[in-house]
Amino acid sequence: MHVMAQMGMVMNLDKCIGCHTCSVTCKQAWTNRSGVEYVWFNNVETRPGQGYPRRYQDQERWKGGWVRNRRGRLRLKAGGRFKKLLTIFANPVLPNIRDYYEPWTYDYEKLTEAPLGDDFPVAQPKSLLSGEPMAIEWSANWDDDLGGAPEHGPRDPIVERLRKESEDKVRFSYEQAFMFFLPRICEHCLNPSCVASCPSGAMYKRAEDGIVLVDQDRCRGWRMCVTGCPYKKVYFNHRTGKAEKCTFCYPRVEVGLPTVCSETCVGRLRYIGLFLYDADRVTAAASVENEQDLYEAQLDLLLDPTDPAVLDHARRDGIAEDWLEAARRSPVYRLAKTYRVALPLHPEFRTMPMVWYIPPLSPVVDRLAETGHDGEDAANLFGAIDALRIPIGYLAELFTAGDPAPVRGVLQKLAAMRSYMRDVTLDRPHNESIATAVGMTGGEIIEMYRLLAIAKYEERYVIPTAYSGEAHQLEELGCSLDVDGGPGMIGSGPFGEASGRATPVSVETFHALRDRQTSDHIADPGERGARINLLNWDGKGRPPGLFPPPRQTPPGPGDLTAGGAAAARTAELGEDGR
Amino acid sequence: MNWQDVLLWAVLPYVMVVVLVGGTIWRYRYDKFGWTTRSSELHESRLLRVGSPLFHFGLLVVIIGHVIGLIIPKSLTDAAGLSQQAYHVQALLLGGIAGFCTLAGVAILIYRRRTTGPVFMATTRNDKLMYVVLVAAIVAGLATTLLGAAGGEEHNYRLTVAPWFRSLFVLQPDIASMAGAGLAFQLHTLIGLLLFTIWPFTRLVHAFTAPLGYLFRPYIVYRSRQGGPAARPARRGWERI
Ligand code: SF4
Ligand code: SF4
Repeated sequence: MHVMAQMGMVMNLDKCIGCHTCSVTCKQAWTNRSGVEYVWFNNVETRPGQGYPRRYQDQERWKGGWVRNRRGRLRLKAGGRFKKLLTIFANPVLPNIRDYYEPWTYDYEKLTEAPLGDDFPVAQPKSLLSGEPMAIEWSANWDDDLGGAPEHGPRDPIVERLRKESEDKVRFSYEQAFMFFLPRICEHCLNPSCVASCPSGAMYKRAEDGIVLVDQDRCRGWRMCVTGCPYKKVYFNHRTGKAEKCTFCYPRVEVGLPTVCSETCVGRLRYIGLFLYDADRVTAAASVENEQDLYEAQLDLLLDPTDPAVLDHARRDGIAEDWLEAARRSPVYRLAKTYRVALPLHPEFRTMPMVWYIPPLSPVVDRLAETGHDGEDAANLFGAIDALRIPIGYLAELFTAGDPAPVRGVLQKLAAMRSYMRDVTLDRPHNESIATAVGMTGGEIIEMYRLLAIAKYEERYVIPTAYSGEAHQLEELGCSLDVDGGPGMIGSGPFGEASGRATPVSVETFHALRDRQTSDHIADPGERGARINLLNWDGKGRPPGLFPPPRQTPPGPGDLTAGGAAAARTAELGEDGR
Repeated sequence: MNWQDVLLWAVLPYVMVVVLVGGTIWRYRYDKFGWTTRSSELHESRLLRVGSPLFHFGLLVVIIGHVIGLIIPKSLTDAAGLSQQAYHVQALLLGGIAGFCTLAGVAILIYRRRTTGPVFMATTRNDKLMYVVLVAAIVAGLATTLLGAAGGEEHNYRLTVAPWFRSLFVLQPDIASMAGAGLAFQLHTLIGLLLFTIWPFTRLVHAFTAPLGYLFRPYIVYRSRQGGPAARPARRGWERI
């Protein structure tokens, strides 16, 4: 037994309202640079739907993850080491940018510069890759809220599989559709196929907390990780030629803060905490024969943080005492293993993903309520869970490789919790039989309810800060604003696009924001972060470049800089124009 | 032996080596972040899938051909009973085909680069210069292969270029041999020297980190934070605290 600690996340899908706040804040924090315009480390997709990138779950097409060969050994679905090296000059299964979407901006300038006329000026969409006008036909969440479901829905790989297996049709007519949102980040897998696919060994799993990262100095742009990840959560920065991925906001987590997506989640549906797991058994667990056993095998890897034997081992393996304490209080361990209400996403990819999901009961309750039944009555709910085979089948394809039993178990627990808690809230006698029907006690149900419904910040995020001794190194203090090789090098170094030292993210973000706020050109793909983005505007004052320069003094061509515009405006408004 | 010959065949090669080695070390130390293939496969893969393997595999064979042709002395193949005739036939076949593949590959790649909007926009001046030198080297090389096949004393590089090449390693450049080589060979050699001189400063550096270690490492890489990025010496622009 070799005990290792793993940062994990649980998302309670019943509470996701699909607002995309998590995606937007993540993007502002990590991928608001050119080269990664199309990248969403956190994306929220509507299910049923095709997802992002389009149909990424179809591994017959994209060859992500692991497969078990006839001798019972794991091998990468896209081929082993030799095949990787032989196809290194042109990766045969790399998604094209159009499978994600072609990033674009709008020619906002037209709106203010168009001459007076009968026609209403429109801001034409322009590609951020080529600068050409383009038609917007797809994006990271094109089928949001089942938009275009009759057209796109049937092409959901899971719907396709369900249709093959049962005569019941998944309905996409408005009245009969079910839908929910699935927020996705990198799963920080225990058996990461992205790491295994990287020829240069630039990707690694951190021994301390299991966060999977790309070493930007060692990545050589061979692109194999993009193929390797079955969740398509490694992205290729087409400007720097390096792979980038969700970092689990490690600079925040290291100092005890939750990730940006969790912090800003409107539904407060994310939980972060530690798992202790047995690293020696990961490969064996990932190679079990039957795909539907993978969920159990994965659960089995998680060690009980209250078991003295486990703790002994953990101490011997160098896990600090405050980490063990955090593991004991871990909300994710409770949800995944104690209550067994959180399930892994696509365990059949055999990567042992560590972001878990509590499947939504809402589709069932809603359908029940629509038909005039009491949607919170235990008997009704239990019956309906089985009657609505399609949502269950769909959830099972997502979370348990198609085995409906665990999903039914979770939904029954959630249903039991609703009914039981209704009696509690209404001060009616508690019906213990509801609890025993799902193998829990009333006390446990109340505890689970507390964690799921009213847990406070400190209960939802239990993140140890064992790094306090080195914390100063983590802050990007003394950043190189006025040193050559610093911000001046953003964009192009002497040897091409990306050469030069990596710019600290905070510096790059600072410049991108400033450029956007001060530029009065429309986005020029060649010019890093030239967009004005009102999302970044804090509403205080008027950032220079918010309005085009005044008409009376037509600026010369060399004068179109932000500075010129600002100077012109100051002149117009007088010294204290602001 | 005039001074031009000395400059070209005794000085330049060593200058090239110094720049190549020094430049590579310098770039590796100071520009690891820029050390990448800068692949554009994300934008376009249809042409790349044909052009890139054609070019790279062609080039690998060409490199092997160079090694054989330049390092193995003629006396050795003669002793092995390989006649001049037979040697030329195989060199022409192997070298010609590989060289042609390389040229076709690079032609496809350049065509793709020019016609695919986003790929062209990601092309720097540095890249363009590199492509000119690279294509010149390939074309001149193909020309010498064909000339070598035509026969003739001055076109037998194994009596001119190869002895000179080997003499460089023992620091006694055989200038006379090289000066006696045909113009095409001299040209190809010079372009080659130029290519290796600019090599460390272009995207070609990715060749130096061909990931052969992948064959021998375990699949899953664990790294500890202690040995990781935070423990590295602070880089320029990062103040120590
Ligand atoms: S989900 Fe994350 S850790 Fe897992 S294979 Fe993909 S990129 Fe790697
Ligand atoms: S912020 Fe929360 S509620 Fe909103 S989409 Fe993201 S996960 Fe769902």
